Amino acid sequence: MNNQNLSNLMGMTLSLPMSRREAVRIGLFSTAGMLFANNRAFGAAPASPPVKALPIAPIKTKAKSVIQIFLWGGMSHSDTWDPKPDAGYDYNGPLKAPLATNADGIQVSEWFPNLAKQADKYSLIRSMTHRNNGHETAAYLVQTAHAPGERLAYPSVGAVFSYFKSAGYKGFLPPYVVLTQPQGRFSEEGFLGPKLKPFATGGDPNADRFEVEGIVSRGITDNRQKARRELLNKINTMGKTMTDNPQLAASEDAKRQAYELILGEGKDVFDLSKEKPELRDRYGRHTFGQDCLVARRMVEAGVPYIVINYPGGWDTHSNHFQTMQRQTPQLDQGLAMLLQDLKDHGLLESTLVWCCGEFGRGSKIDWQPPWNGGRNHHGAVFTALVAGGGFKGGHVVGASDAKAEDVKDRPVYPVDLLGSIYQLAGIDASAKLPHPMGLEAHVLPSAAEGVKSAGLLTEIM
Amino acid sequence: MNEFQVIEPPEVEAAVEETVQVTTANETCERVGWFRRVGFRVFVVAGAVVVVGLAAAGRYLTPKKPAQVTAVSQPASAAARPALTGNCIDDFVLGQLAYLHVQPAEVCTDAVFVRRAYLDVIGTLPTAEEAGAFISSSEPNKRRALIDRLLEREKFADYWAMKWGDLLRIKAEFPINLWPNAAQAYHHWVRASIAGNKPYDKFVRELLTSSGSNFRVGPANFYRAMQNRTPEGIASTVALTFMGTRAENWPPARLAGLAGFFSQIGYKPSREWKEEIVFWDPLNSSRATNSAAQVPTSAPNAVAPTIATFPDGTQIQLPPNRDPRELFADWLIAPKNPWFTRNIANRVWSWLLGRGIIHEADDIRETNPPGNPELLAFLEKELVASNYDLKHLYRLILNSKTYQLASQAKPAGAQAEANFSSYPLRRLDAEVLIDAINKVTGTSELYTSPIPEPFTYIPADTPAIALADGSITSPFLALFGRSARATGMENERNNKVLSAQSLHLLNSSHIQRKLEQGPKLKAIFDSKRPDAEIVEQLYLTILSRYPTAEEVKSAQEYGAPVATPKSGKAGTAPAGKRRDDWVDIAWALINSAEFLYRH
Repeated sequence: MNNQNLSNLMGMTLSLPMSRREAVRIGLFSTAGMLFANNRAFGAAPASPPVKALPIAPIKTKAKSVIQIFLWGGMSHSDTWDPKPDAGYDYNGPLKAPLATNADGIQVSEWFPNLAKQADKYSLIRSMTHRNNGHETAAYLVQTAHAPGERLAYPSVGAVFSYFKSAGYKGFLPPYVVLTQPQGRFSEEGFLGPKLKPFATGGDPNADRFEVEGIVSRGITDNRQKARRELLNKINTMGKTMTDNPQLAASEDAKRQAYELILGEGKDVFDLSKEKPELRDRYGRHTFGQDCLVARRMVEAGVPYIVINYPGGWDTHSNHFQTMQRQTPQLDQGLAMLLQDLKDHGLLESTLVWCCGEFGRGSKIDWQPPWNGGRNHHGAVFTALVAGGGFKGGHVVGASDAKAEDVKDRPVYPVDLLGSIYQLAGIDASAKLPHPMGLEAHVLPSAAEGVKSAGLLTEIM
Repeated sequence: MNEFQVIEPPEVEAAVEETVQVTTANETCERVGWFRRVGFRVFVVAGAVVVVGLAAAGRYLTPKKPAQVTAVSQPASAAARPALTGNCIDDFVLGQLAYLHVQPAEVCTDAVFVRRAYLDVIGTLPTAEEAGAFISSSEPNKRRALIDRLLEREKFADYWAMKWGDLLRIKAEFPINLWPNAAQAYHHWVRASIAGNKPYDKFVRELLTSSGSNFRVGPANFYRAMQNRTPEGIASTVALTFMGTRAENWPPARLAGLAGFFSQIGYKPSREWKEEIVFWDPLNSSRATNSAAQVPTSAPNAVAPTIATFPDGTQIQLPPNRDPRELFADWLIAPKNPWFTRNIANRVWSWLLGRGIIHEADDIRETNPPGNPELLAFLEKELVASNYDLKHLYRLILNSKTYQLASQAKPAGAQAEANFSSYPLRRLDAEVLIDAINKVTGTSELYTSPIPEPFTYIPADTPAIALADGSITSPFLALFGRSARATGMENERNNKVLSAQSLHLLNSSHIQRKLEQGPKLKAIFDSKRPDAEIVEQLYLTILSRYPTAEEVKSAQEYGAPVATPKSGKAGTAPAGKRRDDWVDIAWALINSAEFLYRH
């Protein structure tokens, strides 16, 4: 990942210079945020059992795994999946004509030739709205559906999945994995606590060796791993003399679990040399493309919730078109190939993919200096792409107005999108979440809490 | 007899010290009305020495110093376990243990003590030199002297400002939203208060009654550092922070009564971006401007009540000419207040001994009584008598034999633990742990804040314990359970061990790189000294003690050439160790329980 991408990822403005050293340092930390709930490889004892794991009326689980592709910074909707060719130059800039797709009546912008061939597999929600224009607050809204500023910091969708799914999960990998960097400005686990934090891989799947922080380490052979583990056991003097101490017993347990991952087969999931080079080429030899391939491998390994934080930001206040022209081909290639490959592996029916940022961008271009053709934050309307896992492909939900500035038809609020995802994954959105202070908390806010809702996405479920 | 309560032991010459200590301890204990349940302790020379003690102490009539405990004058060696005389605390704790037939642990060794004292008092590892010097010193009062020195270190203020930062929720961003320069101002005030040893009652009064700009008046941020700024929300936070009690367990009427004192707090913006003025607003003029982040749980247009009720049930009419926060503060910080002194005495004890006398430390209620009421009463009395000098309390506890017990409990178990029969193991706090790793390797972290632009970069030599703002963080700190500073509850800091933490310590490139490239370790590896000396230096640096012969041997044998299977003999290995072998040895020490835990 280059510095530019990294700074984008961290939610920083594009123009900010960042030295290589700083980038490396941040990269170094990247996966320290990893945490995961229990699963087979990580201790037999389940995490504190869900207050209410199943709803009263059983929900048929269609989505066994979820891949969330998050476009940090907020990708323009009007330049991508909600084109308005008649809006004129002040809205469309250099973009010419949108592309027809293989689904009737769906057009995407000319930057998405590959996705245009996959439109039968996904649907576009063109009426996403929450009217919040702050990065942190909007990201919180989109990924929790709770209003920022409530008394509780709610967990993100991934942490909720981790909480409800880890009891029955038997995989070798943590149940909630982030490729590759955590979001940084968003506390994914909320009040559920550090156990529900995602495991962030760090490293770069497009590098010769995907060095997954803590699991695949640089320059340490398995033999050396074993030798030094033996040494540690030998010289752990105090640990050995206090074996009856419950603290130390827990610590030994944690260590043993860690070694199951360090020396076990779980790490093979990250070994992309096991894939055909041609397939890797088709995903694209860039970080995002290979992120998508690793995500598919994790789906095969049964990981319930996978987040790809797009390796580059979309907060294009300035240099908008340059950034878009650089990033959209990779997004197009990786995402289109992911859908195709999931289909080829028979996984699309059971794997839900959703992709959006925290908001869209103003459709009217800001030509004035210092923006020189940039776009602003825009929470009034934006587009989300959903596919698989029980979502129908080839549909458009809702519509924005003629200039993509506001919702025209059928608003979709975060609670509607997340509610639909939870339903397809068999998670009862009204279930209680355990709050450390014993306060009342539910997966999604209820109508009584004054949250705007226009109903689940039944039209594509 | 009670007239003796202000008599303190003199800073004496060693010759008379021991007897004076015992006597004074005895007197002090009695003055809080404690009588021994078991007559196992015999103060041989008590009567005679009272006179000596009084004569010697005649001029010490102000309660500035605690009853001191000192080590008896025995030459120290690396594994020395001095026979401490103990102080009143020990009468209460050991008395109770005897009553319960629970055997206390032995007194810890000097090597354990030096590491423990550094970590507990200043949140920082001793250097190899500091540890070595302490261990080999034969000064009889070296433990007390060390405690005194540590209490005056700059890092004492850093470390305890971090602790208070958790409780006072010093954080720029979501969900507390102080904003960076306000968080800095708040922290600066807290740290300066600690560094100056501001009396605790004064400290609390300033927090409760300050008004002014969030950027300029540090303590005014107290009322901003809350997710819920309604009168009830503020009342809950005040009850939690200064009374150690959880208002959600209260009868609703009590909370409503307390909320009355906080019903006239106004917040208003200024012309400076993100500045907010906290002020007394009896007319409720600013309620409408209360930031959008607040979702009031009561009707926002409620008229401020003119009656408020103290948590003890006393109802008062709010006078129109006085900020009700002042009335509440006056009530709260009175020595007779049943919550105020108890809360802080119990908390300080829990911070040093890992567990409150009332457990948990912020859950004081009638149905959760103290495990050792006499001990708590004694600490409270000491604090009041010292005019709320917190360092006095620290000193008293740190010098007790109870604090200096080893962590190896004789019989383990819940009862032993609840009665402080040994020093409890605790994993190092996230900040302390990364600072310790950086210190032994000679590396640092980069802490930055992305808001506001231009970004803030914290200087590389700043330790994590000195970070002002809870929003300035790193994945490491989050992973190891640093407080989210969202509620001010003690349990927001989570020192539980998780497998993800093991993964990071055992196998991350973050740690591996520090081990491979850290200049301090490099210097030790490259020192060209004999292997045994390098091993010794590594142990002193990382574990603050000398290695045993067996440990030296294990380290020497590690990585011995495979080609000569019998070449495991100490000190031979002409080929010498490879760099990786030394890295692995340092790695193993950093991953040992002894490094990761306070013990």
